[in-house]
Amino acid sequence: MLAEKYAQEIQSILDKYPPEERRAAVMPLLYLAQRERMYVDHKDMAEIAEILGISTTEVAGIVGFYSLYYDRPEGRYRLQVCTDLPCALRGAEKFLDELCRRLNIQPGGTTSDGLITVEGVMCLAACDKAPMFQMQSGGGLEYHENQTVETALAFIERLRSDAARRRGRERDG
Amino acid sequence: MLLDAEGENEMDETGERSVHPYVLLRHRTIPGLDNFAVYKKHGGFKAFEKAVKEMKPEEVTEVVKASGLRGRGGAGFPTGVKWSFIDNKKWPHYVAANADESEPGTFKDREILEGNPYQFLEGVAICAYAIQAHEAYVYLRGEFWQIAVQLDQQIEALKEAGLLGDKLFGKDYSLRIFTHLGAGAYICGEETAMLESLEGKLGQPRLRPPFPPSFGLFGKPTVVNNVETLTNVPMIISRGAEWYRSMGTEKSPGPKIFSLSGRVVRPGNFELPLGTTFRELIYEHGGGIIDERPVKAIMAAGASSSLIVANDQALDTPMDYESVPSVGGSLGSASVIVIDDTVSIPWLINKTAHFFKHESCGKCTPCREGTFWMMHLTDRIQEGRATQEDVDLLYDVASQVKGKCLCALGEFSIEAVLSGIDRFGEDFRAAVKAPEAVMGD
Repeated sequence: MLAEKYAQEIQSILDKYPPEERRAAVMPLLYLAQRERMYVDHKDMAEIAEILGISTTEVAGIVGFYSLYYDRPEGRYRLQVCTDLPCALRGAEKFLDELCRRLNIQPGGTTSDGLITVEGVMCLAACDKAPMFQMQSGGGLEYHENQTVETALAFIERLRSDAARRRGRERDG
Repeated sequence: MLLDAEGENEMDETGERSVHPYVLLRHRTIPGLDNFAVYKKHGGFKAFEKAVKEMKPEEVTEVVKASGLRGRGGAGFPTGVKWSFIDNKKWPHYVAANADESEPGTFKDREILEGNPYQFLEGVAICAYAIQAHEAYVYLRGEFWQIAVQLDQQIEALKEAGLLGDKLFGKDYSLRIFTHLGAGAYICGEETAMLESLEGKLGQPRLRPPFPPSFGLFGKPTVVNNVETLTNVPMIISRGAEWYRSMGTEKSPGPKIFSLSGRVVRPGNFELPLGTTFRELIYEHGGGIIDERPVKAIMAAGASSSLIVANDQALDTPMDYESVPSVGGSLGSASVIVIDDTVSIPWLINKTAHFFKHESCGKCTPCREGTFWMMHLTDRIQEGRATQEDVDLLYDVASQVKGKCLCALGEFSIEAVLSGIDRFGEDFRAAVKAPEAVMGD
C-alpha cells in the first residue's frame, strides 16, 4: 500500500497544493507509485484515486495521456533516444538503428534479460548535443548527450552489472 | 579570458569592448552561478529586495512594461501588459512559470535552469510581488527531472536565506515557490493546457477567453510566463527600462537566446540582441554549414515553423518579431533549425507530421484528424508510394486544418507542410511516381 509505505512523502506532496485542489497531486503520486517497478497497475491507480477523492478512471486517463507513465511491465530501464527533427539532422536515426542492431532488438523492443527497453522519442531539448538519449527508471530520468553507439553500449553494460550485483545482494541478503 | 571590472562580461583583447554582455547566460562568464553564494555576490536578489522594499507592485509592472520585454516562449506578447491584466477583484493570484520547453529545436530554458537558476527564481519572485501572488509554481517537463531536483534544493536555499517565506524584508509580503513535473506531453507548453495539467487533469487547452490573468490556475487570476522571459526581469528592475531598451530593436528590445541546431558546424545557444541577422547567427556564431554545403531552408521557430527559403534576402533578415514574417516565417521561440541541400523536404515534413500527430491532445477534431491524415500522407510520399494526387490531398488536408483549431499546436502543425509544398515543389515532384507506377506496385 502506497499510503503506508510513503506516508510522509505523500503528505509533503499534498502540501504543495491548496487543500481543496488535492487532485493536483495526481502526477507526483503516479511517479511515486511507479518508483519500484517502472509501471503502475490498477491497484495503484485505485489507491491514488482514493487519496485524491477522484475516480480510478480519471487516474487511468492521466496514465494514458502522458508518455512517461506506463501501465504494463517492460524494461526496468527505458533508454529513450531522441529521433526528432533536429537530432535526426545530426545522425540520431542511424544511432538508434545501430544501437538496436547491436542489442539484437527492434526499436521499441526490450532486451532478452528484460532489463532495458530502447525506443525513439520526441524532442528532449538537447538538440545541440545529438545523438543523445535519456534513461528513465523508477527513480527518475537522466540525460546522456553527445553519444556514440560505443558509449551507449558501455553505459548499458554498467546498468547490467549493477543489476546483477543487486540481484546477488538480494539473494545473499 | 579577459573580464570587465565587475567580473561579469567577457571583454575583447583591448579590454574596452564587451564581447558578450550576457544578461541571461551569465553563468558562461561567472563560474558557479548556480551556487546561491555566488549569485548573491553578483548582486543576486537585490532587485527582488528593491521591488519589495521600495516599489509598489504596480510600479514594478510599469517598469517591465516600459522595458518593452516581450514573452520569449513564442508568442512575443508584451510581458508588462500581461501582468497589468491581472484581475484584482478575484483572489488569490498565482504565478505559473512555463518550463515545459518541448518545441523541437528549443533548448534555451534548460541552459538557464541548469546554469543560472537563481536569476530565473528571482524573476519568478519579482513577478509574484508585482501581481501580489503568494504562491508560484514552476511547471517543468517531466524530462527535466534532475533540474527539478536541483530547483527544489535551490528553493530551500532561498528559504534559509529568508528570501522566500513570510514577512520578506520585514514587509507584509509572503511567497512560496513549488516545482511541478509534467510527464511527457508537448501540448502542456500551451499555457491553458499547462494549467489543466498542473490541476491534475489531462493537458488539454481551454477555450479562451477567459484568459489566465482573469481565469487561470484553480480558476484564479494567474500570470503564465516562460523561463527566459522571467530571467530578464531582475536586471530590468535593477538597471531600468532604458538600459534594457539599449539592446535589440525598438519594437523587440533586449537580448534573446537563439537555439541553433541542424546542419551547422557549432550548434548551441547564442545570446544575441534581437535583430541579429540569420547570416550572423549561422555563419559567425554557428561556424557555417557542415562540409560547407549550401544552406537550403531555415526553420526559425522550431518544428512549428514554415520553411524559409534560405536566399540572400532571408539570410540578411534581422531576427526580430517584426522582420521574420517578411520572409515568410515567424520568430517564435527563436529555435533556428538549419537545413542544407542534403535534406529532402518530403522527409522533413514527414518528421514534423509524426511529431504533431504524436503530440496532438485529441481535444479538437481538425487537429486530431488533420495531424493523423498528414502523417499517413507524408508516410506514403516518404516511402515512394505516392502520386501527385497524394501531394495535392496533403495540401488540401493541411489547408482545411488552418484557422479551425482550439490552440496553436494544430495551427502550427501545417506550417512546414504548406510552405514545404509551396516553396520546395521540386522535392515533391522528385518524390512522387506516375500513377501507372503506383498501380503496378
